[in-house]
Amino acid sequence: MIKLKIISLLCLAIALAVVSCQSDAEIEFKRYYTSGSVIYQTRCQNCHGKNGEGLLTLMPPLTDTVFIAKNRAQLPCYLQNGLSGIINVSGKFFDNKMPPANLAPIEIAEVLTYVGNSFGNKTGVINLNEVEKSLKACK
Amino acid sequence: MKKLIGAATTALLLFNACTFNTADTQKLPIYGEREPVTKTVNGKEVTDTIYHTIPAFKFINQYGDSITNKSLDGKIYVADFFFTSCPSICPVMHRNMLAVYNEFKNLNDFKIISYSIDPKYDSVKVLKKYADKLNVQGNTWWLLQGKKDETYKLSESYLVTRPEEDAKEQFIHDGFFILVDKQKRIRGSYSGVDEKEVQKLIADIKTLRTEPEQAEAK
Repeated sequence: MIKLKIISLLCLAIALAVVSCQSDAEIEFKRYYTSGSVIYQTRCQNCHGKNGEGLLTLMPPLTDTVFIAKNRAQLPCYLQNGLSGIINVSGKFFDNKMPPANLAPIEIAEVLTYVGNSFGNKTGVINLNEVEKSLKACK
Repeated sequence: MKKLIGAATTALLLFNACTFNTADTQKLPIYGEREPVTKTVNGKEVTDTIYHTIPAFKFINQYGDSITNKSLDGKIYVADFFFTSCPSICPVMHRNMLAVYNEFKNLNDFKIISYSIDPKYDSVKVLKKYADKLNVQGNTWWLLQGKKDETYKLSESYLVTRPEEDAKEQFIHDGFFILVDKQKRIRGSYSGVDEKEVQKLIADIKTLRTEPEQAEAK
């Protein structure tokens, strides 16, 4: 009888450990993503829309997964320095100016992790380390 | 007994409060200062109310055409103040204004007027390009530019906050959509950044158009 109790307790402990033990990477991702969604709402949504849909040919959408993936290393620079000139997104041309976002590198990482994993994008986490590296290489 | 009368009065008042503005008598309020004017018509004294109205103005639209208050005679219109290079609230305002535009663009007694508060940058060419990007065509939605002083002064007659410039030379304005009737009286004001308020604006425009005074006005 005691044996049975010990076995069931052990089973319970293992089960709990499996459920509660998310990997560090998963926790990092969630932390970035959640903070990023708040930054997105206050700083990006006005122009790029609630669902990243943009605004006709005035504001580019963030749903072009190829653009986001291809320009991954450039995205932090766009936020830090703003963006001007003609860009081709979702097969349309945009030439509006985006002002610098005035965000700290950690905030850039958070909001990019949010955008990079919303609206159909699947970049995975874009963490502070990566953002700092990209920022150093900005032209 | 007194208590009973009190209760009955309260109940009646509440009932009246609830039935105010029911379907058959629906009418939008008229905003702004008003003054009674007594005049003599056919030997009889008549008291009339003079309402606050939008004064005369003269601006240029995105096609380079001259637009005055006369261009809006016989039109119900929605006005707002914006500028094309605005990074903050303008995109969301015009995202919402597009909903109003798409709902009413085929009516010939309806207009949208967006006054630029940055006429130095917002030339006719810039306004036309902006309109193109929003897929705004024809003559339902006019983007106007004129002298900055006049625009700022006019903004006061729409009962919106006079725009200001902060240290960064960025314009600050409050993003209201103002509903004006055919008699150029203000009939509503709605936050242009709030989707729900803009839905109310669309509903109110429909209500306004059914008022006899509006339907008959040319």
